[in-house]
Amino acid sequence: MKKTFGNIYILIIMLFLYLPIMALIVLSFNEAKSMAVFTGFSLKWYDELFNSDLMISAMFNTFTIAIVSALIATVVGTMAVIGMNAMKKKSQNALMGFNNIPLLNADIVTGISLMLFMLILQIPRGYGTILFSHTTFCIPYVILSVKPRVNKRTESLYEAALDLGATGRYAFRKIVFPELWPGIFSGFLLSFTMSVDDFIITYFTRGAGINTISTLIYSQVKVGIRPSLFALSTIIFVAALVVLVIINIRQSKTDKRNKMVFNL
Amino acid sequence: MGELIRLESIVKSYDGNIVLDGINLSVSENEFVTLLGPSGCGKTTTLRLIGGFEKPDEGRIFFDGKEINNVPANQRPVNTVFQNYALFPHMNVGENIAFGLRIKNKTDQYIKDKIEYVLKLVNLKGFETRSIHQLSGGQQQRIAMARAIVNEPRVLLLDEPLGALDLKLRQEMEYELVRLKKELGITFIYVTHDQEEALTMSDKVVVMNEGRIQQEGTPEQIYNEPENAFVADFIGDSNILPGKMIRDYLVMINGIEFPCIDGSEQGFKPRQKVDVVIRPEDIEIKPYGKGLFNGTIISKLFIGMHYEMLVESEDGKIEWLLQNYDQHEVGEKIGMYVKPENIQIMHKPRSEDEEALELDI
Ligand SMILES: Nc1ncnc2c1ncn2[C@@H]1O[C@H](COP(=O)(O)OP(=O)(O)O)[C@@H](O)[C@H]1O
Ligand SMILES: [Mg+2]
Repeated sequence: MKKTFGNIYILIIMLFLYLPIMALIVLSFNEAKSMAVFTGFSLKWYDELFNSDLMISAMFNTFTIAIVSALIATVVGTMAVIGMNAMKKKSQNALMGFNNIPLLNADIVTGISLMLFMLILQIPRGYGTILFSHTTFCIPYVILSVKPRVNKRTESLYEAALDLGATGRYAFRKIVFPELWPGIFSGFLLSFTMSVDDFIITYFTRGAGINTISTLIYSQVKVGIRPSLFALSTIIFVAALVVLVIINIRQSKTDKRNKMVFNL
Repeated sequence: MGELIRLESIVKSYDGNIVLDGINLSVSENEFVTLLGPSGCGKTTTLRLIGGFEKPDEGRIFFDGKEINNVPANQRPVNTVFQNYALFPHMNVGENIAFGLRIKNKTDQYIKDKIEYVLKLVNLKGFETRSIHQLSGGQQQRIAMARAIVNEPRVLLLDEPLGALDLKLRQEMEYELVRLKKELGITFIYVTHDQEEALTMSDKVVVMNEGRIQQEGTPEQIYNEPENAFVADFIGDSNILPGKMIRDYLVMINGIEFPCIDGSEQGFKPRQKVDVVIRPEDIEIKPYGKGLFNGTIISKLFIGMHYEMLVESEDGKIEWLLQNYDQHEVGEKIGMYVKPENIQIMHKPRSEDEEALELDI
C-alpha cells in the first residue's frame, strides 16, 4: 500500500519534470508549425536550424565559450587547490568560504557587477568578455570538486613516492595527478554545463550582435518562437543528459574504488 | 656493529606545541630498534624526521657520521612502510613495487627479477598483476614491505605496520618481520604503541612519553628494570607502590619491610621516598602467615594460561595484583612472598611535568 503511494508520487513528480521536455522533443519533430497538434514526423526544423547563420553562430559561440572557459577554469582552479594545500588550515577554510560565495550569489548580481566592471574599465563587450565572465564563475566549481581529493591520503601517497626516491615533480605527475584526475574531470564537465546553461551572466556581459543559444532564444521569444528552437533545445537537452550520465558513471566507479581501499 | 643513525638533542614543535623535547638516540647497524609509547607521544614525528619528511627545530640528525638535516627525503638511503601503507591505488602490485626501481633507471629484466624475488620474500608469489583493491589488509601490508625493501635501503622505517591487522595475523607477522630482518640484514626502526610487539621483536626498545625518551634498553632490561613509574606502568601490568628506604637492601611498603637488592650504591639513601615495582607474576603465594605479608583475595579472573587475582592487604589500604598458575578462591586468606631480586626500586619523579604525569597513572 505504502509502496504504491510512493510509486505514484514519484510518477507524478517525473511527469511534472519530464512531460514538458518530452513535449518539446516531440514537437521538434513535428511537421506543422503548430504548438499543439502533431501532424507528422519531420526533420525540417533541424534542417532550418542548421541552415540559419544566426543559429549556427549562436551554437558555435555557446560551445566554444563553454569548452574554452571550462578548460581555463579547470587549469586555474586545480592550480588554486594545489596552492591552497600548502597554506594553514585556517587560511584554507577562509578561502573556501570566499570560494563558496559566488556559488550562492544570484547570477543577476554577478552579471550586473561584471557588466559594471567592464563599463567602468571601458572594455568593449563581446566574445572575449563572455569568455572571461564564464571562466570566472566556473573556477569556484572546479575548486569545489578538486579540493576534496587533496586530502591526508593524497598527501601520504605523495610522501610515499618521495620516500621511494621520486622528485616532487615526478611524484606529482605519476601519483598525485591521477588521484586528482576524477575531481578535475568532473570540475571540467560541471563548468562546461554551467557555461552552456548560463543566460543571465551572458546577457549582461555580451556586446550587441553576439549571441549564444540562450540569448538568441530570448531575443526570438519577442518575435515568436519557431520550432527550430525546439530542435535546438532538444539537442542541448540530449547533450546535457550525456554529460550527466558520464559524470554519474565516473562517480560510482571511483566511489566503489575508494570503498575498497578504505574497507581494509 | 657501528653506529648508523644518531639523533642529537632533537626538538620539534607544531604551532608552539613541543612534540619532541630533546631526543637523543643512537641506532647501530643491523639493529632492530623499536620506539614504544602511547599515542601522541611523538613516535611518528621521530620517524618522519629520520625519513626526511619533517625538519627538526633544533638538533642534528646523522647518518653514517654525516649530518643529513638538509638532505631531502628522496635522497636518503632509507625507505618507509607507512602506517596506512600508502600503496598507489591506480597501479597494480608489480607497478607499485617497481616504482622506486624505475626511478633508479634499472633495466626491465632487473626489475622483473627483483619483483619476483621480493614477492617471494613476503610470501606473495605470483601477485604481480593483482590490483591493490583486491588485496586483504595483511596482503597490502606485505606489499608495502615489498615496495620498500626492493630498493635495498640501509634502514627500513616501519610506522605501526601491524596496527590495522587482527590479533592472529599480527602475531604471525611479528615472526615474519623478524625473519625478514634476518634475511635482509638491514636496520629496522619500528614504531608501535603495543608493548608486546616491542618486547617480542626488538634488540633495543626506546620507551617514549610526551616527546621525551623515558628509557632505552633491551626488552629484558625494560621489562625487569623499569627506570620510572611510567615505563613500569606502560610495560605490562604492575604493582607500582610508594615506599621508603629503611637502609641498604631494605625497603618499607605499607608498613611492611621487604629485603631488596638496591641501596646507596644505586643512589637510594635511607629514609628516601621511592617508587617500588613488583610484577604480578613475581608475587608468590604462601600459606597464611608464612609469607612476608598477608591479604584476602577479593577477585579472580582466568586469563588463558593463568589466574589473575586482586588481593587486599589486611589493613585494607592496598590492593596487590597477582598472577598465578594455581587456583585460589575469592575470600581466601593467603600469605605472600617476593624474592629480593624481583623488587625494583625507582626514584620518585622530580620535575613538575613528571609529577603531573604520575597523577595520570
Ligand atoms: N603536522 C602536524 N601538525 C600539528 N601537530 C602535529 C602534526 N603532526 C603531529 N602533530 C602532533 O604531535 C604529537 C605527536 O604526534 P605523533 O608523532 O604522530 O605521535 P605518535 O606517532 O606517537 O602517536 C601529537 O600531539 C600530534 O597531534
Ligand atoms: Mg603515529
